[in-house]
Amino acid sequence: MQVANKLSPFFENLNFERDDNTMVINFGPQHPSAHGQLRLVLELDGEQVVKAYPDIGYLHRGIEKMAENMTYNEFLPTTDRLDYIASTSNNYAYSLAVEKLLGIEAPRRAQVIRTMLLELNRIISHLFFVATHALDVGAMSVFLYAFREREFAMDLMEDYCGARLTHSAVRIGGVPLDLPQNWLENAAAFCDKIDYEVEHTYGALLNENRIWKMRLEDVGVISAEDALSWGCTGVMLRGSGVKWDIRKEEPYELYSELDFDIPTSDRCDSYGRFRMYMEEMKQSTRIIRQLIPMYKDTEPQLMAHAPQYISATKEEIMTQNYALMQHFVLVTQGMRPPKGEVYVPTESPKGELGFYIKSEGEPYAYRLKCRAPSFFHTGLLQKLLVGTYIADVVTIIGTTNIVFGEVDR
Amino acid sequence: MAQHQVNYASSAGLPIALTSVDKLVNWGRSNSLWPLTYGLACCAIEMMASGASRYDFDRMGTIFRASPRQADVMILAGTLSKKHAEFARRLYDQMTEPKWVISMGSCANTGGMFNTYATVQGVDRIIPVDIYLPGCAPRPETLQYAMMMLQKKIRRESADMKKNTKQDLTTQTGKRARLI
Amino acid sequence: MRKYVPKDNVQKKAYYTDRFHVVPRVPREEVIDTHFEAVVFNLGEYVKDAYIEIGQLVVHIEATKNFSVLKLLKEQCGYLQCSEQSAVDYLAKDGEFELFWQLLNVNEAKRVRVVCRLANGAAIESIEPLFKSANFAEREMFDMFGIKVNNHPFLKRILMPDDWEGHPLLKTYPLFGDEFASWYEVDKIFGKEYRDIIGPENRDPAKVDRHDTKRFSRVGYEVPFGADISEGETERKIEYSETVLVNYNKKASKTLDERR
Repeated sequence: MQVANKLSPFFENLNFERDDNTMVINFGPQHPSAHGQLRLVLELDGEQVVKAYPDIGYLHRGIEKMAENMTYNEFLPTTDRLDYIASTSNNYAYSLAVEKLLGIEAPRRAQVIRTMLLELNRIISHLFFVATHALDVGAMSVFLYAFREREFAMDLMEDYCGARLTHSAVRIGGVPLDLPQNWLENAAAFCDKIDYEVEHTYGALLNENRIWKMRLEDVGVISAEDALSWGCTGVMLRGSGVKWDIRKEEPYELYSELDFDIPTSDRCDSYGRFRMYMEEMKQSTRIIRQLIPMYKDTEPQLMAHAPQYISATKEEIMTQNYALMQHFVLVTQGMRPPKGEVYVPTESPKGELGFYIKSEGEPYAYRLKCRAPSFFHTGLLQKLLVGTYIADVVTIIGTTNIVFGEVDR
Repeated sequence: MAQHQVNYASSAGLPIALTSVDKLVNWGRSNSLWPLTYGLACCAIEMMASGASRYDFDRMGTIFRASPRQADVMILAGTLSKKHAEFARRLYDQMTEPKWVISMGSCANTGGMFNTYATVQGVDRIIPVDIYLPGCAPRPETLQYAMMMLQKKIRRESADMKKNTKQDLTTQTGKRARLI
Repeated sequence: MRKYVPKDNVQKKAYYTDRFHVVPRVPREEVIDTHFEAVVFNLGEYVKDAYIEIGQLVVHIEATKNFSVLKLLKEQCGYLQCSEQSAVDYLAKDGEFELFWQLLNVNEAKRVRVVCRLANGAAIESIEPLFKSANFAEREMFDMFGIKVNNHPFLKRILMPDDWEGHPLLKTYPLFGDEFASWYEVDKIFGKEYRDIIGPENRDPAKVDRHDTKRFSRVGYEVPFGADISEGETERKIEYSETVLVNYNKKASKTLDERR
């Protein structure tokens, strides 16, 4: 074998025929269907996968270590980069964990805005899933259509917070900004558009598409028991017939007041999960539509009133001396939450996204653990891929909807 | 898009003069830049978005290739971790000459906000970079602008790649080395 | 005098703490919930301490009993999913790790956190036979903290490369990495002899090198790209472009004068 530390390129990872007639191939880390930086080492017997070994960590950036060396507010933009397809859900999960630790609650208008942004992010993420999943399986046109609508959702996010991808649109204790003018009208129009497109574009292109069904049906089958044991959450769990959605079961924000359905499927395969993603987009638009009238009868307060932890509004900081002093202290030293530990789960588009925070009363978290759904879904691959054909590997990776920002952190 | 049109009728009837070989070759190179799909992190999503419907990279002759053997440009889109650095270098080595590198986003440029143990502090430590693209994450327009700047750069270059000096590193000890 | 930084905990500290600042604690409630009472009752003498903190039951146990406790929770109390498990480094303070398992009961929508203390260097029993999600989670714990796990099917580094030195989430490990980490990619790709040529990492995001004319612009002191100015450069006055800053009044009057 060649030595790895020189400038000469080498090809030690091509493939090796082994004595027992199996072949080991390497998949990734640079592979267009690897959803980022997944490396799979597959042992093949003919076309069948005998053993799969997901090798992760190619995007490990030390986010948990960073959290220990940053104040709570400083860390918030870093959470954007966890699940970078739906940034706001990460911001929200982190903010909610800190809020639970502090014992504060965001004001109602902030809750309405947050719930709207969360659902908008769910749509963005699901559109991205449909696009890339279809692209992986081989349907190029769905990718183009889904990205077209995704850009409109990005426009809405951009209108609200100014960023396309890394939003930081949720702060600890509320939201930083009120909705801009015409945002609600645009959101309503966007909901109509998504409902139409889900039905008439992606649905028409994929739902009954013969090739699509042949590629997805009975591929990546996982039983409910396995799904629970391997730590699957979100669509992966609901796709196996377990009706578990944190929005319904342990409601946070305004989800207890909203009327929406949780689609489940007992097909346990990729096609069932795909249909659920499509259905969830419709449910998200339903939620956003319900939230639009709720926005109008809320008070204009956006951040929780907790002077010990949360800075006052800009106007107060600029006009009142003590608000300015407290803001100065909070910015330079950071807030000091009480001693204790908290684990808060939220339903991100990928599954259960939870933050475990251990606080020792310092402005820096003593330990922050991000429970990322994709991490466990990647672990599942070593079970799910065994026995499938090599052609289905990409479909199964696609259906788990993993994002490497949160797998490796 | 093409700023350099080869006028065959000019130059005293001669179809090609020696000086225009450079221009001709560079015209070809600059207008069909095929980048490698090398999505590393968040910026990869913006890279995909720039290839998709609204921003439509194909109109610039930019078609993403999945294999380094077919690619001219490597867009390092996202955080390069230390574990991955070796693979990035290997992919770069596998690309055929001529090749260019765009470092997309703050993480690839300098390590960005991830000033930690696991992140390579700038991909130019291991790969010579042609275009640095700031932003976290850069918008698709920014990536397209970077592509246009790279086209401009290629048009300035000599067609003979050996004459083009890539980034050279000068250290305090006075040693010079090229990362090619 | 330079501030003393303890070697066993290099985590960033608050630079100022009020002398009279008393850190409050998140309230711990008695176990009154009927479901949680049943859980504590089922666990019996395994429970060293049990309370409810922010809506979730926290059960403290012995480190050696972790497998039997989690088995009881899975089989008797319906906790079918282990959402998360990891450790907290208390080596500097107590010489121990704090390990926790976050369990979920899907039918009752309840969550339990099982917490134990593990001495430095001791190994923990794997719960992989009960919860398959522990396969990756325990590997991550081993990778990040160096906690050995008995009977794990494949205990290997997961996030860091196999030849990595050190366990990053330990409090003794600096955020910027140690000597090994800072040269890792250079050693791996080019070899150690290239260290001089490539040079150390720049960990200061605000670093400006005034002699580097390639990467830093010099507003008001422009020199050609790549010029060597290590011996000092010629001082030049800032020139304002006439084409941008045009005094229209002056120009107009001039032309008028000429016409006259």
